[in-house]
Amino acid sequence: MADPFIQFVDVKKSFDANHVMQGINLYIYKGEITAVIGKSGCGKSVLLKHIIGLMNQDSGEILISGKDLSSLNKKEKKAFKNKLSYMFQSNALFDSLNIFDNIALPLVEKSSLSKEKIKEKVKLRMAQLEIKGTEENFPSELSGGMQKRVALARALVTDPDIVLFDEPTTGLDPVRKKSVHLMIKEYQKKFGFTAVVVSHEIPEVFDIAQRIAMLESGKIVFEGDKDAILNSDNVIVKSFIMGKEII
Amino acid sequence: MVREFLESIGYLSIHFIESVGRTIIFLVYGIINIFLPPFQFNKILEHIWFIGAKSMLVIILTGLFTGMVLGLQGYYTLTKFGSEGALGSVVALSLIRELGPVLAAFMITARAGSAIAAEIGVMRISEQVDALETMDINPIKYLFSPRIVAALISFPLLTALFDVIGIFGGYLSGALMTNANKGIYAQKVVHSVLMEDVTAGFVKSFVFAMIVTTICCFQGYYTHLNTKGEHGARGVSLSTTNAVVTSCVLILVFDYIITYILM
Repeated sequence: MADPFIQFVDVKKSFDANHVMQGINLYIYKGEITAVIGKSGCGKSVLLKHIIGLMNQDSGEILISGKDLSSLNKKEKKAFKNKLSYMFQSNALFDSLNIFDNIALPLVEKSSLSKEKIKEKVKLRMAQLEIKGTEENFPSELSGGMQKRVALARALVTDPDIVLFDEPTTGLDPVRKKSVHLMIKEYQKKFGFTAVVVSHEIPEVFDIAQRIAMLESGKIVFEGDKDAILNSDNVIVKSFIMGKEII
Repeated sequence: MVREFLESIGYLSIHFIESVGRTIIFLVYGIINIFLPPFQFNKILEHIWFIGAKSMLVIILTGLFTGMVLGLQGYYTLTKFGSEGALGSVVALSLIRELGPVLAAFMITARAGSAIAAEIGVMRISEQVDALETMDINPIKYLFSPRIVAALISFPLLTALFDVIGIFGGYLSGALMTNANKGIYAQKVVHSVLMEDVTAGFVKSFVFAMIVTTICCFQGYYTHLNTKGEHGARGVSLSTTNAVVTSCVLILVFDYIITYILM
């Protein structure tokens, strides 16, 4: 197997007495969709925030193509960040900007594209995500599902190499959930980006992910593909998939 | 008991020093980012509109009534000494040197400063600031730097407006509505106000612009770090209150310091 693109090596993170990550070891491969599943509050979002640099680990290493993320110089960090996109669980849309400006923001601020080119790219993403006609609206004027799609459009508008999805389908109806999952799969196939999807949607997320990792009590208790997780003998994995508490 | 008391003093002192340090670093980053490309002319214009143009009405109203009160009180006091002819000087000098910059800064803090703190605070708690970071957009450059420039342009202009309207208000109540000589009021204003008085007023308004923007942006930006452990809407409310109270207190403290230096 190829070398992992992103690798967590014994990463630990605590918030006071709350030990969220207690030695995470995780492999994320280039061009794949890795799904991270686990109970609410088990630290899945914290894990993503470590990749993007919003949080720093207490100990351990996060390797990007074999290089420790914390040892990258400013230029390398910037270059890595420019390849990343992050879709927040809460969408994190700018409520004082309209939908068009929300999606266009990363391009307006960080690219040298002309206004026309930016407009073209934004319109294309909006059409693909079925949010055409909402350009002038503000986020608060849209439903939760529509806001989700706007956040998704913003995450994909820069054509990133790595996209981190923090529960991308929360708050969507089953039809939209399916279409978002399909869209992630389709886009990933089309553009070949590396995706990490934190999700609760079981078993739907298994259909889009090449690799699945399960986080429990601050550790990765399972790593493998769809078949492996469905046939796993691990009691924790089994009970989580079946939605049962371990007694 | 004594130990607890000393501990709480120690805690407060450390927190105070930390906050001052963090505020200064925040300000320095904000200023440095003004001069780093890409320059943000459109954003500066937007903030001039918000801080400056939208504060005009409140400045006109407060300036007018402050001037009118000064005119009335001044006339009442000066007639006791038979010096009502000095009313123009009293109104103009107190407005230009002191009341104009201070009251204008208070009003801008109340109208725009509080809104800035609340807006950035909401952005912080709803992860919008984090979103900027994930897009590799420097949040301090995006949120704070253009506001510094906008405030440095808006504050002196609003202060000047406050002074002019205030002097006119003083004329209305102290000269036009009383038996005082109207011509002398205007003549005293012209002759008693020197360039150094105007400069002193502008120096104050520049300093107040820096104080208000820094404190309000800082409080909003670090909403999540407030010491009382308030989160969400309460955290934003606490930050907004802190922003307004701290700004107003610092305006008065620096007003004294600048007045002392320029005397």
